[in-house]
Amino acid sequence: MIAFRALIRRDLLIAMRMGGGAGVGLVFFLMLVTIMPFAVGPDLVLLARIGPAILWVAALLATLIGLDRLFQADEEDGSLDLLRMAYLPLPLVVLAKVIAHWLMTGLPLALAAPFLGLLLAMEPQALLAVTVTLLVGTPALTLIGATGAALTAGLRRGGLILAILVMPLMIPVLIFGISATSAALGGPLSFHTPFAILCGLGLFALVTGTISASLAFRASDS
Amino acid sequence: MKLSVSGLAVIRSGRSVISHLGFTVNAGEALALTGPNGSGKSTLLRVLAGLLPTSAGTIEWSGGQEDAPLSEEAHYLGHRDALKPSLTPLELLTFWRSLLGRAATDPLTALERVRLGHAAYLPSAYLSAGQRRRLSLARLLVAHRPLWLLDEPTAALDQASETMFGALVADHLTRGGLALIATHAPLPIATRTLSLEGIL
Repeated sequence: MIAFRALIRRDLLIAMRMGGGAGVGLVFFLMLVTIMPFAVGPDLVLLARIGPAILWVAALLATLIGLDRLFQADEEDGSLDLLRMAYLPLPLVVLAKVIAHWLMTGLPLALAAPFLGLLLAMEPQALLAVTVTLLVGTPALTLIGATGAALTAGLRRGGLILAILVMPLMIPVLIFGISATSAALGGPLSFHTPFAILCGLGLFALVTGTISASLAFRASDS
Repeated sequence: MKLSVSGLAVIRSGRSVISHLGFTVNAGEALALTGPNGSGKSTLLRVLAGLLPTSAGTIEWSGGQEDAPLSEEAHYLGHRDALKPSLTPLELLTFWRSLLGRAATDPLTALERVRLGHAAYLPSAYLSAGQRRRLSLARLLVAHRPLWLLDEPTAALDQASETMFGALVADHLTRGGLALIATHAPLPIATRTLSLEGIL
């Protein structure tokens, strides 16, 4: 447990001292959401209706562009070799790194979402629903992406392959995230059903993502 | 404690790098691995560290902690220094101490031991190649692991640091440790030698 916390602490410390890396996703998210009203036109009703989808797609893409850095720095300088020999089981090493990465990239996205939602003329209730679903959905996206990040850690320009590998796996999270948000705005479905499935997907990714990322490291050895 | 390897073979991307390799290292013993570039010294160390799979043969480790795999009983010092430019040597050592388990020397004392005490609070980005190496050596001291796998540890070290390195390894051996050291240069300590040339 001490080792687990030490790893999260180290990653956060490096991210804060280096700057830059963590902000990229957030700025990308901001840009995507701000240009959307210009592209769609000044139809407030339409914007409010597609707002949750815009926020979710932007959050997914912003998560994707930051993912290649998840293990790359540790792979480049040899830290990954030592982490694999650590006292901590490899899936927990993956989990600790994912948590630190999410705190620096996913969490700011979820927290910024309600403010950006205002630009899209979204209702207060929709803002709340998007924030809650993103808080549950972004860690799931990062966990799913961890496997791809582990497979492409050794590649210099693995970003694109990574995106192609993990994007299809992220689609269920996107579907249930958006349907939960739409349900919160009224509709035949209650908010709880799709939201429970979203939480389930997150828990599923927690188990499978950490284990398959560890296996991916071993597979890319030979 | 004893490490015995027999009939070891390693194939990497279809090419046989190590074949029919066998040797034994006992507690308190150091084994120098020599051989030309590409003869499999680094590969052997990575295999023992559990970072590469074997294709045949056995690696037996006896007398260590129960149930601990060899990778948790070994320190690995590779070509890359696992150094984070934005962290200080003290922060790095404190981190590795908690990650590697079985804490030994405290980080500040370890830094003094490798004559880096003055740089403890400086971002590691400012360290020279030799100082980086010494910082990696300090990592071997902060956690207790009986088997040291060192890949050209004396590269970039000056004369005085080489002597210091010899003393570190000698200390480790007198406490019953084991060491495998891949090297091209003569080592500052007495070792048996395993030559990997001719295996190719």
